[in-house]
Amino acid sequence: MADNFFLPQASLDTLFAALTGDGRRILAPTDRDGRTELNPVTSPGDVAKDYLQTILSAKEAAFPKVERLMSFSTGAGSVDLKDAEPSAVPTVLFGIRPCEASGFKALDAVFNWDTRDRFFNARMEALAVIGIGCTRKDDACFCTSVGGGPGSTSGSDILLTPVEGGFLAEVLTEKGKAMAALAPEAFKADPGLEKKVVEVPVAFDQPGLTKRLKDRFEDGIWVEQSLRCVGCGACAFVCPTCVCFDIVEEADAKGGHRLRTWDSCGGHMFTLHASGHNPRETQAQRWRQRVYHKFSYYPERYDMLGCVGCGKCTRACPVDMNLQEHLAEAAQA
Amino acid sequence: MDLREKSRQLLENGDVKAVIGYERGTMGARRPAFIRKAERADRLVFDEACAQNLATYLTRPEVRKLGRVAVAARPDTLRAILQLMAERQVKEENVLALAGDGTVELGTAQAIEEHLATCAKELPARDREILDRLSRMDRAQRWAFWQAELSRCVKCYACRNSCPMCYCGHCTMDCNRPQWVPVASHALGNLEYHMVRAMHLAGRCVECGDCGRACPVGIPIHLLTFNCEESVHLQFGQRAGASSKLDYALSTFRPDDKESFIR
Amino acid sequence: MTEPFEPKITAFVCNWCTYAGADLTGTSRIKYQSNVRVLRLPCTGRIDFMLLAKAFARGSDGVIVSGCHPNDCHYTSGNYHARRRWMIYRDLMDFMGIDTRRVTFSWVSAAEGARWAELVNEVTTSVRELGPYTEYKELALTGVE
Repeated sequence: MADNFFLPQASLDTLFAALTGDGRRILAPTDRDGRTELNPVTSPGDVAKDYLQTILSAKEAAFPKVERLMSFSTGAGSVDLKDAEPSAVPTVLFGIRPCEASGFKALDAVFNWDTRDRFFNARMEALAVIGIGCTRKDDACFCTSVGGGPGSTSGSDILLTPVEGGFLAEVLTEKGKAMAALAPEAFKADPGLEKKVVEVPVAFDQPGLTKRLKDRFEDGIWVEQSLRCVGCGACAFVCPTCVCFDIVEEADAKGGHRLRTWDSCGGHMFTLHASGHNPRETQAQRWRQRVYHKFSYYPERYDMLGCVGCGKCTRACPVDMNLQEHLAEAAQA
Repeated sequence: MDLREKSRQLLENGDVKAVIGYERGTMGARRPAFIRKAERADRLVFDEACAQNLATYLTRPEVRKLGRVAVAARPDTLRAILQLMAERQVKEENVLALAGDGTVELGTAQAIEEHLATCAKELPARDREILDRLSRMDRAQRWAFWQAELSRCVKCYACRNSCPMCYCGHCTMDCNRPQWVPVASHALGNLEYHMVRAMHLAGRCVECGDCGRACPVGIPIHLLTFNCEESVHLQFGQRAGASSKLDYALSTFRPDDKESFIR
Repeated sequence: MTEPFEPKITAFVCNWCTYAGADLTGTSRIKYQSNVRVLRLPCTGRIDFMLLAKAFARGSDGVIVSGCHPNDCHYTSGNYHARRRWMIYRDLMDFMGIDTRRVTFSWVSAAEGARWAELVNEVTTSVRELGPYTEYKELALTGVE
């Protein structure tokens, strides 16, 4: 059970100073050149005002877009291999939305599925989340259709919900308690605050959709839905749960690095075999994969969904492939 | 008569196999719509909010297979169609452009060229503002500007895939035996990618700005291709998308091409 | 005590004119600065704009691109095509903030051995003054966690 407090707006300065003083980096949504994006901040004044969400997701805090796995150098008749050490700076993700906070579970499912990914885990261990519940939404949001909610505590160590003059602070985990203990004077007794968040209507019946997908694989609906898809990776790269990566090597005669980079199942070469055969040759098959992976394979394999309903993909898509709308359509008989 | 009615007629008469137009999308946006049955033509809208360059679909294998299609065409779309014809990617007989309010049928390259002569091309205010800002910068500041912008790139290729002129089945970015441009979206990979993209579109970019519009992180990358296009126009006196018979500026030359920097 | 900065210059030259010209520089026993690494290609028409970028990415501080004078191309028109490409690429580089003072385009014929030496000396001296192209070299390590 969470411990509830009142965190006055003015006490955020104290909290930020305490976190920074503890040697932690604070990543928060900022408004830079007209774009809401995660950046390191040192004071609450740096945090974006009145934002809905960042464009890219918070996953980059644990799964950066490019990271080094190892380096190698070649000498006379020898090759030197050197494992990379993840630069796991103690980090606080401040102000991300509950949908994104819960997204880390979906990443964890893959990165700790068979082998335990050293890099992801090191970053996760060093990561603490102070989420902020939503008082605003847009038409792309559908968290409540996938088991989340604008006030959901899942994935947050502390969840703040805006109230008059500050926040209702729910301290949820040991990591949350440790952060609160750094600035005990900031957290006042809860006078019985009401947790009020925006209402997000349920758009489709998710268990029904997952069931329906079982016999919809060969359906023409995927062709119809994907006609306008241009096959870029914007949806996957902004997604807080998309976990696919590519491993590439960059080298010259003297040595090089092995890097891990984000990848997307929407790309036409994603499943291309060395033989030239491609099991997902058409965009329709790739679109279907995106839907099935999140709503059929994830539930089957990990007993959870691969989607948190944040709507980032819908906002990022150059041709408005509205996920919520397509899922609602697919859920129907 | 409006685009809906026109589309209905065209589909009913079998003049075209499909109409590629726009429909209402999320949050007031307009999005591409493929209409293959006359009774679905009611979904179509054609107004100021319709931004995407639909010519990008004309080179898709799925669309090529259809045969003749109609396209709701803004001036940029028309330019792209002409350029695709010049590059022999689209056959005149396979495209019917629906211009103006959506009822002006342009069935030949000549008709498109004549129509375009009546359309003015203007740089959007936001682009002009950025270009003004850049023109006041020195080289180091321009470098800093583009490095900051490109650091946001995640190589999702929304710019490439939205571009009507990026139709290559095997893009040089995908050539990995050996790898030419780094796959990773680090600073070098991003710089090289956007350099290649701009150069490969030099003399071919119809300046619709769809690459910039598609960019999820809002990098004004279209200004890179615009810059190349401007160089081509100023130095070689031609603009992509002006005619279906345009020679590609960089695969031709004039012995008296004038420059001032070769020693 | 740090060593004085010696720039690395990469020269992309065509086989028929500038390479032969540079050869003549040597056989004429003309001495010139040794900072240049010459890469021979069939024709300036073959010099992809990306080769210039790759030279910088691999640590060059300056680049020379040189081929046959107009009208002298072994393949008739390769240099004319190259000239158009450079006219566009140079503008793009400048727009993106790449230091175009570090890129020198020239025509050097097979008979101009002395001219080649002069060109290399001039470029080497000016790039030495500009200093190492640090900002480009740093790119390779930027943006990787």
